[in-house]
Amino acid sequence: MTETIAAIATGLTESGIGIIRISGPESYDVIRRIFHTGSGKVPDLEESHRVHHGYIDVSRGTLDEVLMINMKGPRSYTGEDTIEIDCHGGVLMMKRILEAVLEAGARLAEPGEFTKRAFLNGRIDLSQAEAVADIITAKNDRAINASVAQLRGSISERIRRLREIILEDTAYIEAALDDPEHIELEGFSEKLEADVGDARREIERLIRSSESGRLIKEGINTVILGKPNAGKSSLLNALLREDRAIVTDIAGTTRDTLTESINLNGLSLNIADTAGIRDTEDVVERIGVERALKAAESADLIIYVVDGSVPLDDPDRQIIDWINASDKKCLVIINKNDLEQNISESELRDAIRQDMDMLSISAMKSEGIEELEKKIEDMFSRGDISFNDEVFISSERQKQSLILADRSLSNVEESIGAGLSEDFYTIDLMDAYTELGHILGESVDEDLVDEIFGKFCMGK
Amino acid sequence: MKHSDRHIEYTYDVAVVGAGHAGIEACLAAARLGLKTIVFTVSVDSIGLMPCNPNIGGTSKGHLVCELDALGGEMGKCIDRTFIQSKLLNRSKGPAVHSLRAQADKQAYIGEMRRTLENTPCLDIRQAEVTELMVEDGSVTGVRTASGAVYHAKRVVLCTGVYLNARCIYGEVSEYTGPNGLRAANGLTASLIANGIPVRRFKTGTPARVDRRSIDFSEMEEQKGDELIRPFSFSNEPEDIEREQVSCWLTYTNQETHGIIRDNIDRSPLFSGDIKGTGPRYCPSIEDKVMKFPDKERHQIFVEPEGLYTNEMYLSGMSSSLPEDVQEAMIRTMPGFHHAHIVRNAYAIEYDCIDATVLKPTLEFKEISGLYAAGQINGSSGYEEAAVQGFMAGVNAALSALGREEVVIDRSQGYIGVLIDDLVTKESLEPYRMMTSRAEYRLLLRQDNADLRLRKIGHDIGLVSDEEYERFLQKCSQIESEIGRMRTTIAGSNEHINDFLRRHGSSELPDSKGVSFAELIKRPELSYELLSEIDPDRPSLSWRVREQVNIEIKYEGYIRRQRQQVEQFRKMEGKKLPADMDYKSLKGLRLEAQQKLDRIRPENIGQASRISGVSPADISVLLIYLEQKRHG
Repeated sequence: MTETIAAIATGLTESGIGIIRISGPESYDVIRRIFHTGSGKVPDLEESHRVHHGYIDVSRGTLDEVLMINMKGPRSYTGEDTIEIDCHGGVLMMKRILEAVLEAGARLAEPGEFTKRAFLNGRIDLSQAEAVADIITAKNDRAINASVAQLRGSISERIRRLREIILEDTAYIEAALDDPEHIELEGFSEKLEADVGDARREIERLIRSSESGRLIKEGINTVILGKPNAGKSSLLNALLREDRAIVTDIAGTTRDTLTESINLNGLSLNIADTAGIRDTEDVVERIGVERALKAAESADLIIYVVDGSVPLDDPDRQIIDWINASDKKCLVIINKNDLEQNISESELRDAIRQDMDMLSISAMKSEGIEELEKKIEDMFSRGDISFNDEVFISSERQKQSLILADRSLSNVEESIGAGLSEDFYTIDLMDAYTELGHILGESVDEDLVDEIFGKFCMGK
Repeated sequence: MKHSDRHIEYTYDVAVVGAGHAGIEACLAAARLGLKTIVFTVSVDSIGLMPCNPNIGGTSKGHLVCELDALGGEMGKCIDRTFIQSKLLNRSKGPAVHSLRAQADKQAYIGEMRRTLENTPCLDIRQAEVTELMVEDGSVTGVRTASGAVYHAKRVVLCTGVYLNARCIYGEVSEYTGPNGLRAANGLTASLIANGIPVRRFKTGTPARVDRRSIDFSEMEEQKGDELIRPFSFSNEPEDIEREQVSCWLTYTNQETHGIIRDNIDRSPLFSGDIKGTGPRYCPSIEDKVMKFPDKERHQIFVEPEGLYTNEMYLSGMSSSLPEDVQEAMIRTMPGFHHAHIVRNAYAIEYDCIDATVLKPTLEFKEISGLYAAGQINGSSGYEEAAVQGFMAGVNAALSALGREEVVIDRSQGYIGVLIDDLVTKESLEPYRMMTSRAEYRLLLRQDNADLRLRKIGHDIGLVSDEEYERFLQKCSQIESEIGRMRTTIAGSNEHINDFLRRHGSSELPDSKGVSFAELIKRPELSYELLSEIDPDRPSLSWRVREQVNIEIKYEGYIRRQRQQVEQFRKMEGKKLPADMDYKSLKGLRLEAQQKLDRIRPENIGQASRISGVSPADISVLLIYLEQKRHG
């Protein structure tokens, strides 16, 4: 029983054309559900390796005009029946089409899964095997890190709470089944029904927020470093021009740091206000560089602001040392070029890592800001900053997990409704628990047994 | 150790060390397969001893006993002959968690087992302490006893229970003996270590036994056995084993009991640190329960007879290692026990055991060929857990000695598979007890269908007779044809049928639309048995057949789902990993996975995926490696 998988094959960059690939025994069925020709017909897929022109339709209407190619296995990259959809290359459009494909019955591919299948089906040379293995491990590690790290604190807290309740109820039932003479199940299904109902409502809320993109922080996580008075706040304010949408985090998500999100032609920069950059400079003094460096550990991009009007001093050295020791993508901004310069670019280049992009601006006068934006976009399209597909993939995967967890809980409700006994519930409860665990990157292992012994007084 | 030059010397095919529940099954299986077998015990009087609870079975353990019986083991038959009360636990729950438990007459059980062993051809019993393993070039060649006697053997099965360097403790008293004052086995641990097998220390305990004459039963609740009993053994029918049953009794601890425990907790060796071994969480001592669950006002204590011809009563739930004066004081606070006279103290026992991840799924040591281990030495607990391991180890020792292929029950075939796979795959930090929640395919692994799952394997091994097997095949075909009949017989929408449905609180059939009997059986309020009223053509079938027909139809949807999962599972189990695999040089594996895989050396991809610390990405890497190897 091989599953049919799908993913965006071109990477999530703004480009002319995007390709969504579907592979597996049901790829043809999946495409038939969402693709129609200009005359509204289901495409004729009899002949392999043909290009079809048509539209991707979902219940809400037409998504995009696309070209679709069908390849009958084994004559395809993976060796399986494969569909490729060439669509317009907007990030948003690619995501929507992928979502439609997933809704039509495919499952989101794991990192490296197409390549893995290609290999297992003998479509890739043996010498590439080790490379494939490396890709899979590396990509999985990054994906798991991304998925957990990008999860908003409050969201992971809510999912954790859901899991706790599910585990507790499951453990209660299991403890009672294992030790029926000490633990009574009478009346427990009413409590369980209420808990499952609550959990499903909560999951539904989470799915809704995942659809509006609020489940995770998509975008390039950016930290601005610089000694006090280097001009970090001015830079932030200059980037946050009025003509640009500013998205501020919803309050109440207390475990999040406050983040400003800036949209550069569809590319979002999440600038963490870690050191209270927008506050007064003396607050920055208080908090110090230390904390900003800590935040920088998990950033995708560092913008280091140097005050060009004064010579490099100790706080600068501290930041430069940190940058040199890390492998973070980093952009160096020599600020205050409207004042007399006491630092030269070559002096900085001697001090700092070789691969730095460097730019001279005046944040106060908003000079050089456009160049800076262009520079960031370039870094992105060159692939220097690569975060996005993993983050997106993890967000889509998280949504899938939520949907599967909800399905399992609905099975529990059905079993309760059908008057089945408690031992039938726990199978689906544990499935839901496992799915929710995927979102947090946590496995099950001995959780249940630990919970049973931890919470319930067992036996002899 | 000094040995006399003039020692006795014998040669056997299989030597089994220990004659507890594991050793019994091991030596019987080997001898019944025609191998010249010897079983060692520190005391012939302790063959089949139940040093703790006086019962066999219970939740998930009942499953083990039924599975063992289906394969051709002895435990089910013996308890059917010697039980004094029988109960089906979880009767109101789904069939997957129905579990048989029987109170045993301990002396009768011991007597029956001993008689069985003594009268088994090819089997010799020897009272002696085995102190040394003889190993040559990584293969076991026999054992040496304390007297210096040498027993050459092609295969050796270690079933040492809790006897290795055993120490019994209560309060400040500590004695270097096995249970019930039996002598401990003090030589073998050193021999294990010398052969490169690391040893660790576990702990367990048992409650006090009280003189029945000193108990006031009028202050307690009576617990009777079931009126309709079902046998453990598939070879028995209920009417074969019917007998008068005795009662158990229920009493409770109270705040006074807990006060005494709390006041004296500093005198407990568990809390003072005198006991170093790791104890089981599922079987905590009463002092553990009181300290860990301070809000609980009372704890249930079941009072169970140890046999028909003894006055000793077992206090289930009262396991303890407190000093004897505290034990007496706390017991006397409970209703019915105000004048209780203790016959035997409660005590904790510490013993040496191995980490079973040094074993293959066949229970043979990875590093010492021909040597097997089963039971509590493997870090498990419980008579039933021990027995099934003993059986599998005995069978595999015998099969390999005969040059036949060894047998492994997998997780989809039985609790036996779950138990052994868990033991040899996951590092257990406490004595391992079977639980139904550990079985992922629980709906398929019921005690009622243990024969359907395992009888054929038992017959293939050679421990289920042709005659028994013939009966079993007949049962299978009856089940199949009756399920078929239920699917094709249509209940028409007529007054007779609708009247029947109304009377059982079931909705009537829509006009002119009939449904199959199978559809009706699926309704929660109906069953195969109830339908007999509207099923005049029903053939006369045994209760076991009728039960299977009902369950298979009623839970069809769930069963199908689990069967699909099993298919997936089988695929992964079928992908074998080479035993000499060099994990450390396999690129792409994370370091933790490399180390774990290198140490545990899983047999296949499925087992690898169950090792904690091995991620799905690591499994992908292994799959790719296997594929590469296949092409290369």
